[in-house]
Amino acid sequence: MQQFLHNAREFLPILLQGAWLTIQVTLGSLALSTLLGLVWAAMRVSGIPLLANTAAAVINLLRGLPIIVLLFFLYFVMPDVGISLSAVQAGILGLGIAYSAYQAENFRAGIEAVDHGQSEAACAMGMGWWLTMRRVVLPQAVKIVLPPYGNIMIMMLKDSSQASTITVAELALQGKLIATSTFQNATVFTLVALIYLVMCVPLILLVRHFEKRGRK
Amino acid sequence: MIEIRGLQKFYGNHQVLKGIDATVSKGEVVCIIGPSGSGKSTILRCINGLESYSGGSVEIHGQRVDNKSRSIKAIRTEVAMVFQRFNLFPHRTVMENVIEGPVYVKGEDRASATERGRALLASVGLADKENARPPQLSGGQQQRVAIARALAMQPEAILFDEPTSALDPELVGDVLGAMRKLAEAGMTMVVVTHEMQFAREVADRVLFIDGGVIVEQGPPKALLNFPQHARTQDFLRRVLHPM
Repeated sequence: MQQFLHNAREFLPILLQGAWLTIQVTLGSLALSTLLGLVWAAMRVSGIPLLANTAAAVINLLRGLPIIVLLFFLYFVMPDVGISLSAVQAGILGLGIAYSAYQAENFRAGIEAVDHGQSEAACAMGMGWWLTMRRVVLPQAVKIVLPPYGNIMIMMLKDSSQASTITVAELALQGKLIATSTFQNATVFTLVALIYLVMCVPLILLVRHFEKRGRK
Repeated sequence: MIEIRGLQKFYGNHQVLKGIDATVSKGEVVCIIGPSGSGKSTILRCINGLESYSGGSVEIHGQRVDNKSRSIKAIRTEVAMVFQRFNLFPHRTVMENVIEGPVYVKGEDRASATERGRALLASVGLADKENARPPQLSGGQQQRVAIARALAMQPEAILFDEPTSALDPELVGDVLGAMRKLAEAGMTMVVVTHEMQFAREVADRVLFIDGGVIVEQGPPKALLNFPQHARTQDFLRRVLHPM
């Protein structure tokens, strides 16, 4: 235990640096996936076949690709066509794009879960598509969407570790580097696990809060 | 003001409306009765373009109702609708429901819409409920809010789609009372209903629809008391004497 604490004091600053990068990657890809997800979802419920089918195809493509493959493409293949991204940029972009598919399906499910009579009533008073969405459907869909959205946040936090495969020195990669150089596997990975857990706790509480609010 | 000519509607291969001709004049109250699945609600939904139709025409003040045209929004602000299941917006208060259309569709300023909303809520007996949320109200109260919401648009006509069918029996009277007041004030109304007593007392004309056609129409007392067609007689017997 003494030894563990001693090592922990030594490793923690480096690991926390990694954790900070983990948070940055998570927040960045969360914002991107939310934006893109909203776009796909809006296209899917637009009622315009071309848009709806395009969005459905994109979503299926993204769901069918492992995140790691997407990351490799962005980081190793894109430079061949003249687009060079930093590891962090590629990480945020890759995770954001990959997760936009799940965000979109969640948003769409929320929108479709709002009683059809609601949009009909809005339509009958002369509202157009966008006004109906903004004033009637989306405010009700948000309540339905938030708890699963919180879960996606937790998954994204953990999946940000996949960015380590393209050299983003986030928490998991920092841990691995320290472990290989010190052979303190048990100490290092226990610390890594604890830090992930600590970062997840606020998100778990947030999900619980959303669920309580949604029930009202 | 509402003119329906040769209205036809298909759902896939199934023809719901087989050529409906009807006109509704200003200030007239027309009740549409008939068995379930006869196409009553579909006619109503074609009048404000909630459904597209396959043949014939629907015109309001000579303007063709076409749910793909630009004019459809304007038509919908002139012809309001009250639904069987109220369809109030549960995330907004009663007052917000009432002023939603005037403020966000017609661009009226909030203060004057609210003032008119208060008067409308008072007229349907819900002056004290303006800050309540729809789920806190009884079905009868919700439907009266829906009527106030329809009136807030200052429409030229209101379509009622079985407005009392989702209500507990003891709450039906309040809603029918509010509708009767409206009729007496001269509102043009098309009412799909199973309330024969309401049709008898309030309607100017009753249409009996079965199998997608108007089987019979006329003044309520004549049609309800002395139906000419066997199908009308059969339907009325079942409705008026269910046991």
